[in-house]
Amino acid sequence: MAEMTVNDTNKDLPNDSPHRARTSSLFGWIKVMKKNRKAQVGFIIFVGFILVGILAPVIARYSPTATNFPPLEPPNAQHWFGTTGLGQDVYAQFVWGTRSSLIVGFGASAISTLFAVVIGMYPAYWGGYLDRVMATFTNVFIVIPGLPLMIVAAAYVHDSSTLTMMVIIGLTGWAGRARVLRAQILTLRNREFVWAARLTGASDRRILVHEILPNMLSLFMASLMYGILGAILAEAGLEFLGLGNLTGVSWGSMLYWANNGGALLNGAWWWLLPGGLGIAMFGTSLALMNFALDEVTNPRLRQMSTLSRDRIVRAWHALRGESFQ
Amino acid sequence: MRYILDRLGFLLISAWAAVTINFILPRLMPGNPALLMVDRYQGELGPRALAAIKLQFGITSQPMLTQYWHYLGNLLQGHLGISLTYYPVSVSHIIATSLPWTLGLAGTATVIAAILGTLLGIFAAWKRNLRTDSILTTGTTFTGAIPHQYLGLLLLLILSYHFHWFPVAHSYSASMTPQWTFPFAETVVYHSLLPAVTIVVPGLGGWLLHMRNNMIQTLGDDYIVFAQAKGVSPRGVMLRHAARNALLPSVTNFAMAIGFVVGGVLLVEVVFSYPGVGYQLFTAVQNEDYPLMQGLFLIISLSVLVLNFLVDLLYGLIDPRARRTGVA
Repeated sequence: MAEMTVNDTNKDLPNDSPHRARTSSLFGWIKVMKKNRKAQVGFIIFVGFILVGILAPVIARYSPTATNFPPLEPPNAQHWFGTTGLGQDVYAQFVWGTRSSLIVGFGASAISTLFAVVIGMYPAYWGGYLDRVMATFTNVFIVIPGLPLMIVAAAYVHDSSTLTMMVIIGLTGWAGRARVLRAQILTLRNREFVWAARLTGASDRRILVHEILPNMLSLFMASLMYGILGAILAEAGLEFLGLGNLTGVSWGSMLYWANNGGALLNGAWWWLLPGGLGIAMFGTSLALMNFALDEVTNPRLRQMSTLSRDRIVRAWHALRGESFQ
Repeated sequence: MRYILDRLGFLLISAWAAVTINFILPRLMPGNPALLMVDRYQGELGPRALAAIKLQFGITSQPMLTQYWHYLGNLLQGHLGISLTYYPVSVSHIIATSLPWTLGLAGTATVIAAILGTLLGIFAAWKRNLRTDSILTTGTTFTGAIPHQYLGLLLLLILSYHFHWFPVAHSYSASMTPQWTFPFAETVVYHSLLPAVTIVVPGLGGWLLHMRNNMIQTLGDDYIVFAQAKGVSPRGVMLRHAARNALLPSVTNFAMAIGFVVGGVLLVEVVFSYPGVGYQLFTAVQNEDYPLMQGLFLIISLSVLVLNFLVDLLYGLIDPRARRTGVA
């Protein structure tokens, strides 16, 4: 679909290269994103958060753990987001929290996407017994509820380092996406271009990397992004239950301390507000970019009108055909 | 029939997986975490309870396989052990008192979210690519990314602490005793309003998007064009032709939605101190009460598995194609 929409503004695309499938799906995504307002807004928010995370040491103004400010101050010129009950600067916590929440989100998503690929994609390509076992394994993991499993695992582990959190979240969050990737492989592995590659004697590895993967890039990106959102929500959930690293600063631990430090009783809305808003905004930016991806994989979502003229004509023929019978 | 057996088989396999995870996890961890727990509770427990707990968590010289058989045997007889937090109350008793609260809250919230989200999805598909659609999809995408605990805390802060419109905790007024009367039902509904809203709002987006995309997919089909051409009103095309067919795949969405709701309910119960399994799980984790934690994980998983099984059966009933090919 995306190849057909290539127009002269994109002359730099190598249309006749052997990697056309790859360029069409990745550039197709970028192209749809260029046209899609929602995706643009999402992209801008996304980049904004990344910048905040990277520049945390520069823009934080204060240490996020320093407790030498007056407690429970509403937002003012000194403390842009106010202070916590312990006299910490909420703005500094938000900025540093952005960094650590994003790190856990990206790390856990990388782990779970890796699992989704290995368990969902590879067996599906070869098919047979291994695929059936892995598909059942995946389906079992889909129905076992994720957060309770993470809670139990985290409670046994007794170690709340960033790496441990990433591994726990990553290991429990791959199943849904493995199924989506598997479904895609199943439709791709018998397409003409894959058979053509097979008949020319390409190795399985070559087919997977050069023929199938490029066509799954958009799905793969979607998987990665949903993984990040899921991981950040999961981390915030675990931290809220006191299972995270509560001496560190993240969006999740900000919520934990706001709840357990009396933000509600003192009406300290400024203490409660930023952490969750960060999660919701960042999650929204990921989802908005995913809309553009959906439209690449499903062109029908992109159509402006279902009643184009040739459709009406076709319907007329259908009507006539019926009346003749 | 084959379909039912197939689904039943899957239910058994997944139940076995949940049971086995429960058995393996504490034994998998470096330096059995149950040892610490036993040390902590040494003085408070009777020798028999202590021995039972050691057996339950693998602090024994028995071979793993014997322990596993023992564990399975105990489960089949309904022995989940004794809670350490509420010693000497059994885990089964705590589950029996907390599970109904969770099922009621989560069940009502899921049904409301499914109906409301699906209706909004139909509406968004109707107005596709217009402003209404854009506002609905973007808006529910945002609410879908709000962490449950955050929304709950915000509602508590504004509506309960500031305006005093809603209670701050628990599932019924402290001055009443649970009974099947109208005033009691009233206080239960009143106490569950905020928790239910907190579960429904983040859940809407999934249903809405799913239904909207299914609808748009369906609207491109030939029979829709045919219906439009033969003069069916736009409303009729939307509701009687498109929505009815787009609704089918939404049923499978339940499997995903249940997982999301369960995670949400756990957190919401903690925020509102709602006495369901989620709140008990939180208590168990805080007190390192591993027997209670295991039992709760098991019952939460099994409830979800059985619900999925029922939804699968329902799907097979309404869509004959599923009976032939099977839904994954």
